[in-house]
Amino acid sequence: MQIFDPSIFPVLFADGLTNGAVYALLALALVLVFSVTRVIFIPIGEFVVFGTLTLAALQSGKVPGTLGLLLVLLGVAAIMQAFGQFRAGQSSRGLTTLVGGAVIGAVLWFAIGALAPMKLPLLLQSLITLLLVAPLGPLIYRVVYQPLQNATVLVLLIASVALHMVLSGLALVFFGPEGSRTPPFLSGDLKLGQVTVSQQSLLVILASAMLMMGLFFFFERTMIGKALRATAVNRVGARLVGISPTASGTLTFLLAALIGGVSGMLIGPSVAMGYDSGFLIGLKGFIGAIIGGLVSFPLAAGGAVLVGLIESFASFSLSAWKEVIVFTLILPVLLWRSLITKHIPEDEE
Amino acid sequence: MSGNLLEVSDLHTRYGRVEALSGVSLSVPQGHIVSVIGANGAGKTTLMNSVMGLLPSQGTVLYGGEPMHNVPLEARVARGMCLVPERRDLFASMSVQDNLTLGAYSRRRESWKADLDDVYRRFPRLLERRTQLAGTLSGGEQQMLAIGRALMGKPKLLLLDEPSLGLAPLIVRDILLMVKHLRDDGLTVLLVEQNARASLAISDEAYVLETGAVKMSGPAAELIRNPELTASYLGG
Repeated sequence: MQIFDPSIFPVLFADGLTNGAVYALLALALVLVFSVTRVIFIPIGEFVVFGTLTLAALQSGKVPGTLGLLLVLLGVAAIMQAFGQFRAGQSSRGLTTLVGGAVIGAVLWFAIGALAPMKLPLLLQSLITLLLVAPLGPLIYRVVYQPLQNATVLVLLIASVALHMVLSGLALVFFGPEGSRTPPFLSGDLKLGQVTVSQQSLLVILASAMLMMGLFFFFERTMIGKALRATAVNRVGARLVGISPTASGTLTFLLAALIGGVSGMLIGPSVAMGYDSGFLIGLKGFIGAIIGGLVSFPLAAGGAVLVGLIESFASFSLSAWKEVIVFTLILPVLLWRSLITKHIPEDEE
Repeated sequence: MSGNLLEVSDLHTRYGRVEALSGVSLSVPQGHIVSVIGANGAGKTTLMNSVMGLLPSQGTVLYGGEPMHNVPLEARVARGMCLVPERRDLFASMSVQDNLTLGAYSRRRESWKADLDDVYRRFPRLLERRTQLAGTLSGGEQQMLAIGRALMGKPKLLLLDEPSLGLAPLIVRDILLMVKHLRDDGLTVLLVEQNARASLAISDEAYVLETGAVKMSGPAAELIRNPELTASYLGG
């Protein structure tokens, strides 16, 4: 075991803060999804993987596997939606859904097929990445969770576990077994007094902070953001003022997928990402979310940053035990939470 | 405008094997207050939730002459049916003003600022507390907020479920008086109450519900003098 060296401290701290910022984004997404839809969204990590691998594929001028995944999900979702519409006797609407889905799919197919080999600038590639990853959220909501809208938290959790396995399996099919890294958005270092920090790290922290502020603004100032909060606070009350739980769920999953994709692009340069890396990353965000009791946004973000810091120091001093230390952290946290939280029986609706 | 805004016929609602409503029929004329009175467990709240679409039910609900069978709850709200539920279902951790603005969610493209002023004029207490969290209000204030939130949806039909529940008699009087004013301003109200005397006093028509079926009905002024009703619901 290495003894702490004061000169290495700031480096580890900066490292931990960088990863912690990304975990914090994931923790926020998990709290958001849970409070609005009661889904414990284990597959959040898969979205991180999709973000990294999509950008990596675009970097090497290949059509990303995400396109195939997106088209498959789009097809399934459109068929389910149209089936429901046909059953309700709205045949023309059902037909529109099917034709619309096919048209969108074809447009995506040709557009991405044409754009991918062009090796566009990094910023445009990032936008394409988000365009491919973000819609996966609402589609997954439509296919998996919307039919389970009135299920218990436990059933939703089981669905999440299954979904995680399916998605990481599909990631293997669509992306292959090799891992990839993405290029940093900024290269070069910045000297802050005695400490040298990479500009990429600063960018990650800054981007995470800005995204969080954006979310804060969205939830505090906009009607739609308030409607999502209202759904989280009281589902029946929200329905009574005309907020549809389906619309809230769809929007929530869009935000979660977007956050996951952004996180993947931010963390991509520092972590080699394979099809199965999502679970561990998601789990670290999850510990943050648990520290926030799956309800408090600031506690969850703070907890996730703490996870990043602990991970960073642990990987330096006890690298073989790194994950063990990080995940053991959840035990005292759970104990502490069980002592301070009143048990709330699940009696919604 | 005249005629019935709401027509319920042969409404059945079951909880598993238990039939909570067995063939309830009632009509609510435009611009009237119709109250449904009955003891605990008579099916009053079930009736409200079924009419609103919160609970699945069999039978016909006509609103403005249109069958509501295939219309989801959110669309009913957008058409002007607003329920103030028994549990109030406020957004406890949000401010009074946020609760009210969310009441206008289903019509957010229209201007609702004037309606906010109107709600604050009707309930000056809410204006005083507009930045306070809804969960910190007193019971009476919460009830005012719940009604205010429903009014922000610009209802044509207001469904009020036990507004007097858990409130002091003086506050109950205020709230029922407020309901009467709303009717005078043209709103149609379906009111469910356990406090039979107070609700009959402001109603035009009334129905008495007993174990999921209508036992008596008629103009409120007649029912209040009905000896049978007096004995069982009005405390002699």
